Amino acid sequence: MRVALFVTCLVDAWAPQVGRAVIQVLERLGVTAAVPLEQTCCGQMHVNTGYPGLAVPLVRRHVRVFAGYDAIVVPSGSCAAAVRHQHAGLAASAGDAVLRRQAEDVASRTYELSEFLVDVLGVSDVGAYFPHRVTYHPTCHSLRVLRVGDRPLRLLRAVEGIDLAELPDSTQCCGFGGTFAVKNAAVSAAMLADKTAAVRATGAGICAAADASCLLHIGGGLSRLGTGVQTRHIAEILASTR
Amino acid sequence: MTGAAGANAPRGVGHLRGDTPFPAAAERALTDAQLRRNLLRATSTIQAKRAQAVAELDDWQQLRAAGAAIKDAVLAHLDDYLLQLEEQVTARGGTVHWARDANEANRIVTGLVAATGAAEVVKVKSMATQEIGLNEALAAAGIGAVETDLAELIVQLGHDWPSHILVPAIHRNRTEIRDIFLREMPDADPALTDDPAALAEAARRHLRRKFLTARVAVSGANFAVAETGTLVVVESEGNGRMCLTLPPTLITVMGIEKVVPAWRDMEVFLQLLPRSSTAERMNPYTSTWTGSVEGQDFHLVLLDNGRTATLADPAGRSALRCIRCSACLNVCPVYQRTGGHAYGSVYPGPIGAVLTPQLTGVADNPTLPFASTLCGACYDVCPVAIDIPSMLVHLRSRVIADKAAGRRAPTAEAAAMAGLAWTMRSRRRWTWALRAVRLGRVLGWRQDRITRLPAPMSAWTASRDVPRPPRQSFRDWWARR
Repeated sequence: MRVALFVTCLVDAWAPQVGRAVIQVLERLGVTAAVPLEQTCCGQMHVNTGYPGLAVPLVRRHVRVFAGYDAIVVPSGSCAAAVRHQHAGLAASAGDAVLRRQAEDVASRTYELSEFLVDVLGVSDVGAYFPHRVTYHPTCHSLRVLRVGDRPLRLLRAVEGIDLAELPDSTQCCGFGGTFAVKNAAVSAAMLADKTAAVRATGAGICAAADASCLLHIGGGLSRLGTGVQTRHIAEILASTR
Repeated sequence: MTGAAGANAPRGVGHLRGDTPFPAAAERALTDAQLRRNLLRATSTIQAKRAQAVAELDDWQQLRAAGAAIKDAVLAHLDDYLLQLEEQVTARGGTVHWARDANEANRIVTGLVAATGAAEVVKVKSMATQEIGLNEALAAAGIGAVETDLAELIVQLGHDWPSHILVPAIHRNRTEIRDIFLREMPDADPALTDDPAALAEAARRHLRRKFLTARVAVSGANFAVAETGTLVVVESEGNGRMCLTLPPTLITVMGIEKVVPAWRDMEVFLQLLPRSSTAERMNPYTSTWTGSVEGQDFHLVLLDNGRTATLADPAGRSALRCIRCSACLNVCPVYQRTGGHAYGSVYPGPIGAVLTPQLTGVADNPTLPFASTLCGACYDVCPVAIDIPSMLVHLRSRVIADKAAGRRAPTAEAAAMAGLAWTMRSRRRWTWALRAVRLGRVLGWRQDRITRLPAPMSAWTASRDVPRPPRQSFRDWWARR
């Protein structure tokens, strides 16, 4: 099986430790993933901000870069959702039937990290050790677009030493929403305040999620409040060992 | 209907435009702590009850699919069904009027009421008449309108605007309601308490007199069955039924998308609607009537007001499936915090964010499609499976295209987006851009985090820190590994 990592633009730029963690987890499970360096971005931000035309060349690039792989692993529910639920439609709107077929093909082989581990590799215990109290925030796109269900939690529950605390109102959006965080900053901040309050109520020292973008927002709020609560992508927790 | 129909279709007017863009209106609403408490409490309660009521049905997803399919079939042949409805209503003694927009509908209704000589009408709770601003139009003609739905009455007596489709006074708690009654109801007992039963009794006494004296009633409609010309109103209090049956003249204002082909379709919607809206298994008062009954003079006003224009957009038209249950409002994390007034339209929340800009044209409501995090909670609960998040994204592109069409130079945002896309179209440019990000480390050198950024990113740092950029991008790490 030829596996590729689509690391996502945000992780590449701002959270490289998440990409490194994915590589570590996969290698521990005997999977050698390729990282085609021609990859850049899925184009979701352009689409969701109202510029689908700018995303079409990015879709074209994405399907070309990832054409030869059996599985494409993405450490982001949101970017995996963009590939699976936006790319083919963008190609169709651009009137490009060939690109549409290619996009559907790549989409069918694209997996969010927890889906890849649980469904493709059939693993829920990745051999991790993480002796901390952790609460998990299920990100909206992983939950309601990809429908990953409890896969991330199954992976976390199998981590040795972890103390998982249930997050109150966990399925409520954290308020990030891409450019929403800036365009509607006040509402975004109000949602964030409720999310950080919920995180603090768990007594966890770490808030985990499957999206670096939401974590940038939640972590930024926790940092501003001086809570000392840290954020971790689930890949980072799954990568840590004794 | 073809796309060309959209170009000449009338645009929606009436209560569909706020005077403040959503972000500013929302920010103002957020400062009202009482409003936020009232809203969060009410929406959380309804939301939980709805989830329970829906979970009782094994075939909920099939019902949803059926509801969506029936509505789509209607929309695909709307012209045929509307003509059939007109024919049936007319054959049974009713009179059908066609209104291109709110102004025309208001003229028609005002004229009909004036012809009866009545100085006051009683009203069944109706979104369509709120949309067109009928009460104000009647007032301008010297005709009083009395809202008889309890919550609408509270809103009306409070000189206020509805903030929710189904529970228009959701932003009020019972103490506020008692104060409104004491202030505005001349016949209220000065010792009135804020006990819900006492408040309901005060409203009942106040309204009973109105029902018995009114000569004209105005209603909306939840559905209109084309095969027989039957109108359907679904309500919880029975006040609607009083209006529908007592006055000698009944005028119904109905959006053209409310038509369904046949009675058997009601089986689907009378399950979907009550469970989604009030979390009830069966709706308490379902009134149906066909034409002029027992000498009651019946008029049906069919309202376009931007619906044909909405129908013309294949990626937006399914917003017309909406049956006004408001389940999407109750689960929306944005609505839950801002309430309905911030949307500036009688249709707030997620459905309002997709419906309102289509009724008015996106140029008049450019901020509404952006009033969402695209979290998807609305789509999950929608009983007619309107993919609101995808539609919001589509409407955002229409807003951006509309803005670009009116100017020579691109907006700063458009230029930034184009620049970013250009960078992302090349491995070399992207790699260098990530190395440039590293320069940002100078900003966070003191505490390993960035606490202030210049505009427009100051909107981010107003409530959030930014971690210091990493020393090395992922790709540089990978290349040297």
